[in-house]
Amino acid sequence: MTSAMLETRGLCKNFGALEVSREVNFRLERGARHALIGPNGAGKTTFINLLTGVLLPSRGSVVLEGEDVTALAQAKRVKRGIARTFQINQLFRGLTVLENVCIAVAERLGVGGTMLRPAGRRADVIEQASRLIEMLKLGGDAGRRIVELPYGRQRLVEIAIALGLNPRVLLLDEPAAGIPSAESHILLDAIATLPKEIAVLIIEHDMDLVFRFAERITVLVSGAILAEGTPAEIAANREVRAVYLGSALDA
Amino acid sequence: MTAARQLAERHRFRWWELLPWIAGIAVFFAFPNYLSFGTQVLITILFALSLDLVLGYAGIVTLGHAAFFGVGAYTVGMMAMHWGWNEPLSGLVAAALVAGAIGLASGWVLLRTQGLTLLMLTLCTMTLLEQAANMGAAWTGGFDGMPGLSFGKILGLFGFDALYFRSQYLYVLAVLFFCFVIVRMLVYSSFGQSLTGIRENLLRMHAVGAPVRARQVLAYTVSAALAGVAGALFTQANGYVNLAVLGLERAAGVLIVLILGGYGRLYGAFVGAIAYMVLEHLLAKAYPTAWQLGIGLTLMAVALYARNGILGLGDALRRRLGAGGTR
Amino acid sequence: MDPVSILLGGLASGMVLFIVSVGLSVTMGLMGFVNLAHGGFAMLGGYAIVLVMRHWGLGFLPALALAFVAVAAFSVVLERLLYARLYRASELDQVLFTIGLVFVMTATVTLSIGPETQVVQLPDWLRGQTDLGFIKYRTYSLALIAAGTALVIALWLGFERTRFGARIRAAVDNRRMAQSLGVDVGRLFAVTFAIGSGLAAVGGGLGAEILGLDPNYPLRYLVYFLIVVSVGGLGRVAGVFYAALLIGVLDFVLKIYFPKGGTLFIYVLALLLLLWRPQGLFGKRGA
Repeated sequence: MTSAMLETRGLCKNFGALEVSREVNFRLERGARHALIGPNGAGKTTFINLLTGVLLPSRGSVVLEGEDVTALAQAKRVKRGIARTFQINQLFRGLTVLENVCIAVAERLGVGGTMLRPAGRRADVIEQASRLIEMLKLGGDAGRRIVELPYGRQRLVEIAIALGLNPRVLLLDEPAAGIPSAESHILLDAIATLPKEIAVLIIEHDMDLVFRFAERITVLVSGAILAEGTPAEIAANREVRAVYLGSALDA
Repeated sequence: MTAARQLAERHRFRWWELLPWIAGIAVFFAFPNYLSFGTQVLITILFALSLDLVLGYAGIVTLGHAAFFGVGAYTVGMMAMHWGWNEPLSGLVAAALVAGAIGLASGWVLLRTQGLTLLMLTLCTMTLLEQAANMGAAWTGGFDGMPGLSFGKILGLFGFDALYFRSQYLYVLAVLFFCFVIVRMLVYSSFGQSLTGIRENLLRMHAVGAPVRARQVLAYTVSAALAGVAGALFTQANGYVNLAVLGLERAAGVLIVLILGGYGRLYGAFVGAIAYMVLEHLLAKAYPTAWQLGIGLTLMAVALYARNGILGLGDALRRRLGAGGTR
Repeated sequence: MDPVSILLGGLASGMVLFIVSVGLSVTMGLMGFVNLAHGGFAMLGGYAIVLVMRHWGLGFLPALALAFVAVAAFSVVLERLLYARLYRASELDQVLFTIGLVFVMTATVTLSIGPETQVVQLPDWLRGQTDLGFIKYRTYSLALIAAGTALVIALWLGFERTRFGARIRAAVDNRRMAQSLGVDVGRLFAVTFAIGSGLAAVGGGLGAEILGLDPNYPLRYLVYFLIVVSVGGLGRVAGVFYAALLIGVLDFVLKIYFPKGGTLFIYVLALLLLLWRPQGLFGKRGA
């Protein structure tokens, strides 16, 4: 079996007596379009935090393309190619959209720490950032500060930053959360046009989005994987229907 | 694309950036009797500028920055008193190196903490140095400090003028200009941009792969070195150094100056220092307690309403009038 | 000086530090608010006691009670009107506000009363010495030790045995969870702030003989109170207690043997300790 792009082996996380992740064995294949669903409190965001290094596991390992990254800090994992968006926007609110994305691109290009050259002279950084912004249809807002943007657009900036890191693995934590339905199509387009080589994992509650986007779905309940398979398999799975989908589909 | 253009042009010198320096030189000719006061203002500007780098840009809240000012001041003083080394420019370099080294050591260790613990530790470090200076009277002159220091000629040509402060003023102005150019360059570089990122959203900076702590320590070190230069200028220009260069009063004072002018903007230090010291000069001598009351009330008001200081109010006003503010 | 006397002297100092700082520790642990003006309440309390005893002829104990109530009430007004607006604000804003408040308090006291050091007239029953059998020691210091011990026991009982105390402990441990469980954190904080400031006021008066009482009191002891609170661990009464005693004894000893700057040692110690354990001796990790 070829090595997955990203996988976890026996991943566990406890907070005191509370088990938040239980023996999670998860595979994210190359170029995957994978969704992680589950009821609130199932531990989905915790799982992302474990994957990205915000949290360290109590047991188990995280392996990126065959390399064990469990001990690496968040910033180092980003350098290895894992990028994420947060459930609640984590942006540089006082800066403009362009500046936000430029910071990410500059770090990726390794020039984030240069002290002598003005940031404005980095034409490559500005150009790549501009391209990303255009791609997400944010071009008109490039010069506006984050605090001035509607929440939905801010969410797109969040994705732009993640893409600016040129990741091999992209983890999107509830990207549609907070976006009014009128604007959600921009998000859907953005996700649909993500480069094919990137392995994408989405956490979502919006079943529409999940079933339209995902080629593979994993269901997480109480910190453990309940079921995994193609969208059709998951939709037909009686256990899943009972625990989670039933309420969502009937509603 | 205009946004990209704006970003690419941001670091270019604008014509009005010459004004402060022209004004500085004009003061030399227009107010020959106030050059001693003017020199103190210039030194405060440099000190506030150094604090802006670490507080306004990197977002590190420190109440102990006077530690580095004091280290620089005492370095120059001790070199003059104990080794007879009183060449000014090399004194500045020495002060920068020593203060920078202490900044590096303390920053590397302190910046592992954050929030209240960090604040407390910066205070602790400064108070510690103050106590050490008090104790080591053989070296530092203890409580009375080292009065009556004299320094050699700048570049071998210009002697210090104890009465009218003529050469001191121009000397400090020149050093301030040099240091300002350095700070300006740092602020507009990618490094400076990343400091702003660290200040605005620490979590995000980690999540874009930035080596956050290394950047913070670097900013802290450079800032310490600059504060050390300001302290050294203090000793050289005034011809004495004592415990007042360290301690909470000096640290709180520079913080007030920066907040008043507006932090995180290059020129906040200028505006704040001039405003504060002019007001202090006019009011504090006559009514010291009322001055303290006024400063206290101003600080409370600023914290509640005008977080960005005078320049921030200016920005808000401009935005109101439709011109659109820039940072 | 013999060891027992030194120990007692140090403990007395430590008790004063404890009484003043315990309020600061709990409020900082509860709200995460950097209140650099806490020493100001101690000062105000001290001054209130002096004035009330001098001009209204009140006894020492009634004066203490009055100071507690008056400063507590005053602090609640400040808290509701001003402090509350900064709970979500940045650390810098909180620092600025509270430093400004200290300046205002200091200046107001100087303007209305004067810059001289004030002396608290101890009642007769606190003067002189008491014979404990194995040693004769200053009654005042012994009373301080007794008062501090009584306070820590009372606080411990309050925290461990009452629902109010349980709510405080929950909120210190995890504010959001406490709120989602229905705890009115805002009101909790106002009451805690009041009690803490009131205790500081009492400490300011009780400790006037040891720490002095003049307008510069809050700034002079700012770092000390912060050290006691940080070393003890935010929100931990037991922690503050031990830290205060430790520092009190150390300070007392150092003042005797290294009068010229022995306190340097305390700063170094605090620095090293907090670098090793940023959460203090008793605090929780990842605070």
